Amino acid sequence: MSQLAMLAAETQEIATNFFFYTIAIVSVLSALKMVTTDNVVHSALWLLIVLASVAAVYVFLGAEFAAATQILVYIGAILVLLLFGVMLTRAQIGHEDDLNHPQPMQGLMVAVILFATMVYALADAFGTTRLDALSEQRVERTDAVADAIFSTYIVPFEAISVLLLAALIGAIVVARRD
Amino acid sequence: MLLNQFLGLAAILFCIGVYGVLTRRNGVMVLMSIELILNAVNINLVAFGAYQGDVGGQVFALFVIAVAAAEVGVGLAIVLLIYRNRRSIDVSEADLLQG
Repeated sequence: MSQLAMLAAETQEIATNFFFYTIAIVSVLSALKMVTTDNVVHSALWLLIVLASVAAVYVFLGAEFAAATQILVYIGAILVLLLFGVMLTRAQIGHEDDLNHPQPMQGLMVAVILFATMVYALADAFGTTRLDALSEQRVERTDAVADAIFSTYIVPFEAISVLLLAALIGAIVVARRD
Repeated sequence: MLLNQFLGLAAILFCIGVYGVLTRRNGVMVLMSIELILNAVNINLVAFGAYQGDVGGQVFALFVIAVAAAEVGVGLAIVLLIYRNRRSIDVSEADLLQG
């Protein structure tokens, strides 16, 4: 019986790994397309795929509320705002030549060195630390998140509210035509 | 699953975002790359929250999402203002403060 349970756990592990790596590969490839494509609107649409994959990663980690918020705020609001930015600042939509720096090698080197440092640090600190995100007790219930926001983290929550209001008014004042 | 699977994905996305910020000249695309960086950080926060069994990680990820919304609003307003004044949103041309 316990052998059967072990087999079931192993099968689940393989299945979750398969889906995780599928999502990870999709998000990384879309992110690469996003920073290399020469069309602003296509770049925004690749960003959409990255944001959706990140929402799927949140589901893997048992954070359903964060995943729903990611879709609502990022895909629903921020991406539309960015597309409005494209619309208001660009007369022509389509292929463009001057989107990138003439020498991308410097940025590439910074990114590669940063990545190598991070990989070394992560492998050193969390080499084989296991995370059983899908087991029952790891799934954070949404009411627990609400309790935490409105009790432990009430002061940062209020600060965020004021910050959003200030940013809203600031954006209107800066962009107003007068 | 390993914790490093999530942290590694976040590191890759973070570095791609840094590359985008450093190589793009279009102001709106720089803002998009910054969104990528913030998403990578959010994956880290949620992963560590799940690892510790604490909702704090998820709560801070939600705060980061709210701050990102505010940031992109103000950032786009600034980009719009640069466009209106200079007829271009090339960030390497906005160098009035350069010594």
